[in-house]
Amino acid sequence: MASEAIAAPVRPVQYLQAQLRWRWGEIAFWLATLLPFVLAPSYLVLASQIAITALFALSLDLILGFSGIVSLGHAAYFGVGAYTAGLLSAKLGWGEPLTGLLAAAIAAGIFGYLTSFIIARFRHLALIMITLGIGLVLQEAFNSAGFITGGFDGLQGVHTWPIFGRFRFDLYGYTAYTYSLAGLFVIFLIARRIIHSPFGLALRGIRENSTRMPAIGAPTRTHIRTIYTIAAIIAGVAGAILAETTETVSLEALGFQRSADVLVILILGGTGRLYGGLVGAVVYMVARDQFSGLNPQYWYFWIGLLLIAVVMLLPNGILGGLAHLAQRVRGKP
Amino acid sequence: MSETALAARGVNKSFGSLVVAADVELILPPGVRYALIGPNGAGKTTLINLMTGMLAPDSGQIFLGPDDITALPPHERVRLGLVRTFQINTLFPHLTALESVTLAVCERRKVASTWWHKLTAYSDEIDEAYDVLSALTLAPVCHRLTRELAYGQQRLLEIALALAAKPKVLLLDEPAAGVPREESRELFAAIAGLSRDITVLFIEHDMDLVFRFASRVIVMVGGRVLVQGTPAEIAADPQVRAVYLGKARHGAVP
Repeated sequence: MASEAIAAPVRPVQYLQAQLRWRWGEIAFWLATLLPFVLAPSYLVLASQIAITALFALSLDLILGFSGIVSLGHAAYFGVGAYTAGLLSAKLGWGEPLTGLLAAAIAAGIFGYLTSFIIARFRHLALIMITLGIGLVLQEAFNSAGFITGGFDGLQGVHTWPIFGRFRFDLYGYTAYTYSLAGLFVIFLIARRIIHSPFGLALRGIRENSTRMPAIGAPTRTHIRTIYTIAAIIAGVAGAILAETTETVSLEALGFQRSADVLVILILGGTGRLYGGLVGAVVYMVARDQFSGLNPQYWYFWIGLLLIAVVMLLPNGILGGLAHLAQRVRGKP
Repeated sequence: MSETALAARGVNKSFGSLVVAADVELILPPGVRYALIGPNGAGKTTLINLMTGMLAPDSGQIFLGPDDITALPPHERVRLGLVRTFQINTLFPHLTALESVTLAVCERRKVASTWWHKLTAYSDEIDEAYDVLSALTLAPVCHRLTRELAYGQQRLLEIALALAAKPKVLLLDEPAAGVPREESRELFAAIAGLSRDITVLFIEHDMDLVFRFASRVIVMVGGRVLVQGTPAEIAADPQVRAVYLGKARHGAVP
């Protein structure tokens, strides 16, 4: 057997290693995330929002794009994270940002782990209903608990301390964008590692064929619970960064609109590619910014047109379209 | 009991008024090559589903070796060595052949929950997967996506996935379904070449293949085991000729 392995032109493990390497496109993408500091310093607040949304979309990609778990209530975990960081500051007077993130991660992780037991039992349409239900239940619970959460008016009095006691959150968004971007990058590295791990392969197995997985000895539900909890933690961190950088938290943080938007963003960018949510967030948020500047009332009209156009022309999202184009250029069928 | 690799004892299952398994008794001694035959709808695949835990029996027990596994979920039965393949390709379309088999190896070695190490750190697992593919002549296409493989290669990958789980008992549901006659012979030659440590039960409609590769044949009709015996006994059995062979000979059900 060993002699056959040597006879092959490249050892299989080396072939796989080559596939996991950092590509030039990736490096270029991350360098480009620094451009707003130089080219568009007046848009740093928007850039920070984009980075937060990208992080949120990345967490959805882990469950939807890589594991095939559909969700229309992912904002629930974003909201739990946002309210945890917000309440910590508004009610307990603790505004240290990094421990705020940690607390948000733990709270969202616990909520994610508890709900994952329901999630792991269902698929497809049933999952859409259940995740939608989880989102609605949580939103109304936070709405009715107005004495803690501020209810419909949102949480008042959030104040975030300077990072490391030194870097104050400024009006122009320098600190905010630096903070959001650093959070996005660090968590992206973790997500990338997860996807390239044996567990990541198992997730793709679940997405590709959940019938076969038990037949090769895979504890599918345990795998789903794990990734769902991880995705909830990441969504919670994204929510906490939003709460800390904007110093406001409202019910909108865990509303249906946010769940739907992030799904649209991920599909727009392309699912199951790690970068899909990131590219989708840039395109969607910039388009929204431009359209709402064009016409503050009817900008969803243009968003709607954009979505229809992308899905018709690029069924696998923007990145899917680019990958297809790249294959064509290289002359593969 | 120690002389039994897999046993079904008094297994019953019905869907409403449709009886798909009626008091099924089946014993596979270690290392045998048994065939399970019967007309369409006889309950052959259902029996595999019942034994592997994909269906729960209404009553009766399944034993793997001396252990009662009736209450275990499918993936735990696989970890104990009871592995199946599917009549209709049940593969991972957008994974490569090597990724698919590596996944099965990782699950068996219980490293598939590891998310903090790169997959490529597990070169033993990858090499083992490659060896399984090589043994089934799939090495040259191991980096192709499953959905791009030829149909016959996909049938081989079905078996490769099962072998990667290191089965003690292997249940093959029409492994050559849809494969041209000449290729199905090669496929069965590969199955015949499996280690004698593996006990094999296969469903097959082609009587030539059944008589050539099975030491014993079990005939099912209408959810019951009608008769079992050596290929020669089965071929001579008037009951079997009446319900099965006579009908199927010209139909040559694929």
